[in-house]
Amino acid sequence: MKKKPLDKVNKLILYVLLTIFAVVSLLPLYWVFSTSLQLNSYQSQDMERPVSYVDSNPPKMYPMGIPLYFEHWGEARDAAKSGDAKEEAYHRDMMDHIVDNTFSSYENLFKKNDVGKWFFNSFYIAVVVTFGILLLDAMAGYVLAKKKFPGRNLIFWVIISTMMIPGQVTLVPLFIMVGNLDLMNTHWALILPDLSMVFGVFLMRQFMYSIPDELLEAAKMDGASEWRTFWTVVLPLAKPGLAALGIFTFMNVWNSFLWPIIVLNSSKLYTLPVGLKTLQDANLASFKLLMSGAAVSAIPMIIVFILFQRYFVKGLTLGGVKE
Amino acid sequence: MTQIPMGAVPKKDNEKLKVLKKPNKNVFLQMKKNYSAYLFLLPKLILFVLFVAIPVIWAFVLSFQEYKIFGSEFVGLDNYIKVFQSEAFLVALKNTLLFTVVTVPFSVLSALVIASMIFVLGKVSQSFFRSAFYLPTVTSMVIIAMVWRWMYNYEFGLFNYILGWFGIEQINWLGQSSSALWALIIMQCLIPFGVGIIMYLASMGSISHSLYEAARMDGASSFKQWLHITIPLLKPTTLYLVLLSTIGSFQVFTQIIMMTGGGPGNATETLVHLIYKTGFRDFEFGLAAAQSVVLFVIILIFSIIQFRVLRHDE
Repeated sequence: MKKKPLDKVNKLILYVLLTIFAVVSLLPLYWVFSTSLQLNSYQSQDMERPVSYVDSNPPKMYPMGIPLYFEHWGEARDAAKSGDAKEEAYHRDMMDHIVDNTFSSYENLFKKNDVGKWFFNSFYIAVVVTFGILLLDAMAGYVLAKKKFPGRNLIFWVIISTMMIPGQVTLVPLFIMVGNLDLMNTHWALILPDLSMVFGVFLMRQFMYSIPDELLEAAKMDGASEWRTFWTVVLPLAKPGLAALGIFTFMNVWNSFLWPIIVLNSSKLYTLPVGLKTLQDANLASFKLLMSGAAVSAIPMIIVFILFQRYFVKGLTLGGVKE
Repeated sequence: MTQIPMGAVPKKDNEKLKVLKKPNKNVFLQMKKNYSAYLFLLPKLILFVLFVAIPVIWAFVLSFQEYKIFGSEFVGLDNYIKVFQSEAFLVALKNTLLFTVVTVPFSVLSALVIASMIFVLGKVSQSFFRSAFYLPTVTSMVIIAMVWRWMYNYEFGLFNYILGWFGIEQINWLGQSSSALWALIIMQCLIPFGVGIIMYLASMGSISHSLYEAARMDGASSFKQWLHITIPLLKPTTLYLVLLSTIGSFQVFTQIIMMTGGGPGNATETLVHLIYKTGFRDFEFGLAAAQSVVLFVIILIFSIIQFRVLRHDE
């Protein structure tokens, strides 16, 4: 589309509208972080009992620790100026208390709950599945794109046609199978079905087409084995596709929820989303704690997104990736 | 995508003859010659057969059975009859349809509008807004559902507070049958359709400049250009996004289990949540399998209809 210079008024309207939409769309994420850092116990000299700003009405739009900290900081400075040591010590104590209380739920999360374990489980499962998928799907996609052998088209179409079938269809049979294989309540029950996802085969096959045949021929002439050709010629050329597939696989596994809540039932094996659900169900956790858990689960994906943004765009436009 | 034939060397004539004479032996030879290709495929194929192909076939078989640990019994269409006779299923179907019919057009349309607005901006603003709208998509629905539940809270929630500014009374968003499903629909509409925005932006980038030049020569306004050039040319993208979000919407689950558990009553029961309950709370495997097959058929029918409708009126 040709970009025609917009006049200033139109441009301003556009920016204002987009900013409003963006604020609405980011508000929930902001609310997660803001609530996780909200003061939930604060008592100054003139208060009868401690107040919590987490479930105050009206809700506080930002962590109250920030303005209160500076208030006490100012008063401590004033007290120091006028030589009131007792008053200064009090305000210094309050400042410490505010900092402790602001971050208290993150500390509790890891100390009193299994969140550290859940985080580790989610992470290592996502890493194992991602690298497994990259290797398996690159191998399969490569031969499906570049080799001619009997049954190639049949295999491809059988694999692709299952992409149409919603995942819920296989839940019950998989559940029975996992039970029969004695894998219930193990991480294998998550890893094996995840490694079987077929989307990557489709994506890699599309990508491998763009690799020039001459390069493969040349490697063959040099006497490289099939495996060596794949490893040293094909894989490096497929890097952008692998990056896109890797990121989407990591995201899907990190956020996967329905299957894990079915097969996992002991806390030490939970992944983060499953653990967060049990935290919420237990009804014992404060919202501050829940939102800290949510933040811990969101941060890695936000970092991955910021670091690898261009691959997200590439992956989406390459083959149309499922959410 | 067309496939480039393997190797530039033409087949020898006598090889062609072999194909005609002894096709079976030739296939065998071909397989032997390409054994490494099969080895490359094997690991994925084994996993695929075990954890995708067998479960899919098994699901169809199970839907005609009553599952028992030692020897399931075939019960014909009993499970399917039960599915369509149960009120729970019909309510879940109705709720899922309403959810889909409202959220899909809204999501796709708002993605189109937002993408169109972003597209005319400069490079830096473009990538900034693109990220802002895509970020909620990378965070898990579990988190989004948790925070929305909190924002919908009757006493302390953000929404009732904001309504208070306009003098509107507090609403028990998730706690009453009349509003619970709509609360979930509003939530879905306000989560930006990040995938849609990115795909629309990419497609807009590939529209040729000359079309707009020509339109401008003819004196068409920006809005008219958008209506008569941009939107028609984006049709394949629109089709893809409608299909994608319809399929996703029929599978709505995480919000339900995290925010309402299908309640109050069955006001927010959806198909996948019902399958989950039938299969893994009541352990009625045969019935759950039948429900999931019905879900598959519904999605398939919807996909075909949408494909036809959006393809045809060209």
